Amino acid sequence: MALLELTLCKSFLPSASAPGFNLDISLSCEAGVTVLFGASGSGKTLTLDSLAGFLRPEQGRILLNNEILFDAESGLCQPPQRRGIGYVFQNYALFPHMTVGQNLAFGIARLPTLERHRKVHEMLELFGLTALATRKPHELSGGEKQRASIARALITEPRLLLLDEPVRGLDYPLRLDFYEVLRNIRQKYQIPILLVTHDVQEGFTLAERVAVYEAGRIVQIGAPDEICLRPRSTAVARLLGISNIFSGTVEELDPMSDCTRIRTSLFSITVPYLPGRLRGDTVWFCIPQEHVLLVHPSMSKSDQSRENRIPVQVVEEIVTPNTVRLLLRVQGANTTSNGNAASFHMESEVSRLVYKKMGLAKQKDWLVALPKAFIHVFGEQEG
Amino acid sequence: MPDVLRQIDWFPLWLSLRVASFATIVSLAVGLTLAYVLARYRFRGRELLDSLVSLPIVLPPTVLGYYLLVLLGRNTPLGRTFEGVFGFPLVFTWQAAVLAATFHSIPLLVKSARAALESVDHTIENAARTLGASEWRVFFQVTLPLSRRSILAATIFAFARALGDFGVTIMIAGNIPGRTQTAAVAIYDAVQSGNTLLANLMVLIISLIAVGILYWTNRLQEGLYP
Repeated sequence: MALLELTLCKSFLPSASAPGFNLDISLSCEAGVTVLFGASGSGKTLTLDSLAGFLRPEQGRILLNNEILFDAESGLCQPPQRRGIGYVFQNYALFPHMTVGQNLAFGIARLPTLERHRKVHEMLELFGLTALATRKPHELSGGEKQRASIARALITEPRLLLLDEPVRGLDYPLRLDFYEVLRNIRQKYQIPILLVTHDVQEGFTLAERVAVYEAGRIVQIGAPDEICLRPRSTAVARLLGISNIFSGTVEELDPMSDCTRIRTSLFSITVPYLPGRLRGDTVWFCIPQEHVLLVHPSMSKSDQSRENRIPVQVVEEIVTPNTVRLLLRVQGANTTSNGNAASFHMESEVSRLVYKKMGLAKQKDWLVALPKAFIHVFGEQEG
Repeated sequence: MPDVLRQIDWFPLWLSLRVASFATIVSLAVGLTLAYVLARYRFRGRELLDSLVSLPIVLPPTVLGYYLLVLLGRNTPLGRTFEGVFGFPLVFTWQAAVLAATFHSIPLLVKSARAALESVDHTIENAARTLGASEWRVFFQVTLPLSRRSILAATIFAFARALGDFGVTIMIAGNIPGRTQTAAVAIYDAVQSGNTLLANLMVLIISLIAVGILYWTNRLQEGLYP
């Protein structure tokens, strides 16, 4: 039995500010970090609010450590005070009129004074806040506020920890600090941790499991690697930031040599055998930018058919701190006839070192290699 | 000049301050409760309650005073109950002036306090709840401290309103010199009887108090948290 099990349904009527919305999810979690990932407004925070008891779903139930927190059928709904859930709000929600020490002590006011002092000290120590104990929240930096907020939530020894966009608005080094803090929490507390984010990098750095949200539903749940390599739909792939998404027609199916040939309007590729597909079927597939490899044209003129080699031209380069994004145009593609106005067809991402070593600044004509192992053909038919 | 000051009857001014103080205490206790209920709960009749609370702002004070007189006069059930419990009739006493001033000052206090309570960041209150704090504790340790400046400003303002009531007071407390004649009523009386010096002096003192109060509330509201 999982530590946390929930099924929720709640519909929000359309209002002046927002269209109608249905939250309909079910999720079960063990100890460890589960990242709720999805676009803004896809229902992630609503899930946390329902768990914490700020929102009353119309249907469903919430079980935490085998205790019923909410059950629509029997009308049971524990108030937030009695749920034993730690919530780190997006704005940290520290009490502005109290010092850091008082903020931490708030949740354990019932303990005897000595015990309370001991716990507050222990937490301040653990989160490196000892020197800031007498400061008020407005005298803290963003990172310090965040640590204080997490310490305040954990001091009550919650059975579940909810984190709403914890690193939003924090600088990169502070984000790294947070990842470290989270790793420590993970080791010290054997509780489920739900972390909401819409940032791919964050979600996939921290997660043991990722639940992908789309319009109030969980569309895919699994290990981060699994989701990155095999997104369930084109929508999930787009959420993950994969821009190389194509549709094509199945031209050849050969189970003996384990290959399928797919032709798009721009090029043909070979992928492993696709069971259950027929010749002429339309399929959608994607390949992450970092797996689109560049090969110098002179090196492999001889066998262009192997490893899905396609001649391309670099039309634009976007330099980011660690990588260079190359926008590629498939050579020989006739874009005028079908009215395809896209100025590029594919994207590749290379490290700056590779960019320099390969002389990408000068050489514009390349072959791309699309390794079979990283081409993911979507199971569902959709745009 | 000291001679003139010695001639003046200070009772109305003193009575006004006393009446306004009592009225402010009552307004704060009742008004804060009403404001909390209006800010926190969604229930049937909420808007009606809100309208009723605001009614004294739009009604002419004499109309409000007349209502109170009809409700609390010596021959009404409420008036008789009061007289039975306390041993004296309510109307035409300084206690009636307190009631009048309370009705005059409470709508503004409720409105400001409600706005102040509603302006407190709900996530901060919710954070307190997840930390196990009862609703009682959330209110007294989080909501109230975070809105205390605005509520204090509203209270001072309510005091000023209570100090200045004329219409309701004269309807239910009357104009009995030395017993129920407040400063506002005394000024009217002084003007009527041609005692310009007394009227001028009282007007000056009341104005100074009013300006002082407004200055203070503005200062309070500017120095917002933290």
